[in-house]
Amino acid sequence: MNRLSLLSRKPWTWSFVAALATWIVTILFTGGASTASLTQATLTFAAFSVIVGLGQMLVITLGPGNVDLSVPATITLSGTVALKLMDGQDGMILAGLAVSIAIGLAIGIVNYAMIKFLRIPPIIATLSMSFLVQSTAIWYNRGLRVKPPEELASFTTSSTFGVPNTALVALLLSLAVWWLLDRAIFGRWISAIGQNAFSARMAGIAVDGCRLATYVLCAVLASVCGYLLASFSGGAALNMGAEYLLMSIAVVVIGGSAVAGGNSNVPGIWGASLFMFLVVSMLNTYGFGAGVRLIMTGLIIICVIVAASRPAGSAR
Amino acid sequence: MRKTVSGLLPILIPAVSLAVLLAAVFYMQPRAMSYTGLNLLFNLAVPIALATIAQMIIMAVNDLDLSIGTFVSFAACVTAVYMPNQPLVAILILAGAVGIYALLGIVITLRDLPSIVVTLGMSFVWGGLAVLILPAPGGQAPVWLRALMVSKPPLVPMAIVASVVIAVLAHLLIMRSTFGVLLRGVGGNSRSVARAGWSVLALKGAAYATAGIFAVLSGMALVGLTTSADANIALRYTLLSIAGVILGGGEFVGGKVSPIGAVIGALTLTLAGSFLSFLRISPDWQIGAQGGILIIVLALRLVINRRSPQEKTS
Repeated sequence: MNRLSLLSRKPWTWSFVAALATWIVTILFTGGASTASLTQATLTFAAFSVIVGLGQMLVITLGPGNVDLSVPATITLSGTVALKLMDGQDGMILAGLAVSIAIGLAIGIVNYAMIKFLRIPPIIATLSMSFLVQSTAIWYNRGLRVKPPEELASFTTSSTFGVPNTALVALLLSLAVWWLLDRAIFGRWISAIGQNAFSARMAGIAVDGCRLATYVLCAVLASVCGYLLASFSGGAALNMGAEYLLMSIAVVVIGGSAVAGGNSNVPGIWGASLFMFLVVSMLNTYGFGAGVRLIMTGLIIICVIVAASRPAGSAR
Repeated sequence: MRKTVSGLLPILIPAVSLAVLLAAVFYMQPRAMSYTGLNLLFNLAVPIALATIAQMIIMAVNDLDLSIGTFVSFAACVTAVYMPNQPLVAILILAGAVGIYALLGIVITLRDLPSIVVTLGMSFVWGGLAVLILPAPGGQAPVWLRALMVSKPPLVPMAIVASVVIAVLAHLLIMRSTFGVLLRGVGGNSRSVARAGWSVLALKGAAYATAGIFAVLSGMALVGLTTSADANIALRYTLLSIAGVILGGGEFVGGKVSPIGAVIGALTLTLAGSFLSFLRISPDWQIGAQGGILIIVLALRLVINRRSPQEKTS
């Protein structure tokens, strides 16, 4: 009982409860016939949201106004460039990964440079950046659809011990981010900055270094996601990142991280990512049209947020 | 004296950038310097300006509306489908939508919810409703609305007249009326507004409802210009409206907004699009160049504001 009440106080519990409920409802509808395939698909697709969500979570931890809107463009550019460079050759897989990470590094650094030196609010800075990055991707891509290298494609679409490989990659990255956030001093620093940037500076934290590292980390995670996503779906497309703009923010908040920053958690990203994919597949299973599906998705997001909230004025 | 200067400064920068951009357009295409030319340049600015004012009102109470784009699309769909033949139905639906906006403001305040997420969820809802109402692009503009949007007042084109009217009305509402002062007060320090005996709950509800009304007007103006609608017609308004408010000297927190600046910001963004097509930039780089212009204009702010450096926490 004691352990249960402890669990209910964790901010991420709600996202897992919601995910589990959606999973059960979907399974019930199909009479248990699709249990394995649904679970597989959920883990595969949730993995992409998890990878992007982790980066977005770190940025949001930095405090009010911090959010990275260049995520979708980064995903697109990284997927496009990496696939064109690899050109379907197995020998280039690592080079492709290196290039996509380099793209993430560059975008992250420019993002923060605009925020710091031009004093542009992060939302607008990353938005402007996303325009530039998206244009670069359009210019570079020229409507080409290059197939990913055979080995990479089969890696991203297959499973190890019944768990999709993409989910395993996401798990590894999550563990790394969890360690960074909960065990390393870096996590304490960015939480402190999110709670009060001025006090953090007074306490001797290298605020600018931390913020730079966070924006770079977010862009790198997004570009790794783009690399995997493009390989998984058999080629890069110019709109492949689009849905991850709202998704990356939604999973952070539904996962129980504070939107105002300063308090984040990694497990919630998983709960929320699983939940978001399950909602879509549940509504698909029930055979709703596009309109009703959108409305239900929106209402469910709002209900989860309201259910997880407390009345104004109560202690946080 | 100093006070007037610092009061004008936030509007001065967007106004100067608009003038520079306009001069560049005139230099490249002197024929744009005419009644018809100006009208063409700024035509689409009217709905964007209205959406920007809506976003600005939400930002005045320290929130952010990520559903403006889908909501304007929804309002446009309702207008194009019902307004010509069943005006009463259209008005009822739109009034209901404004009611939902008020409700959102109340729920967000009551439960202390993050506005970003709630409006994110609502963007799905509005998008879904728009698809249900108008599954394929179509509909038509009501005759009176079309006539209003394409009317040709003497001397000054309609787009300019409408923008000035919007700016002045919004200025009176937000900067001069008691309601506006209270709204900005909620953004600045909601606790002291509450201590002074006002209901923050009611104010937030009213703020969201007012924003909803402006967004509905934006959707109607858009239909008046395009004569038809589709469910995705205004999706980019979400980001445009936020950029417009910031360009116009508004801030994300603290109730610091400027209605006139916001309208100028919207005009600047519209003009940036025309400017790029005059430059004959390859279509690949159109969006990118828009991002570049945004960055340059905002960097100008830094140059001019350098006299009063202050620690930015955001």
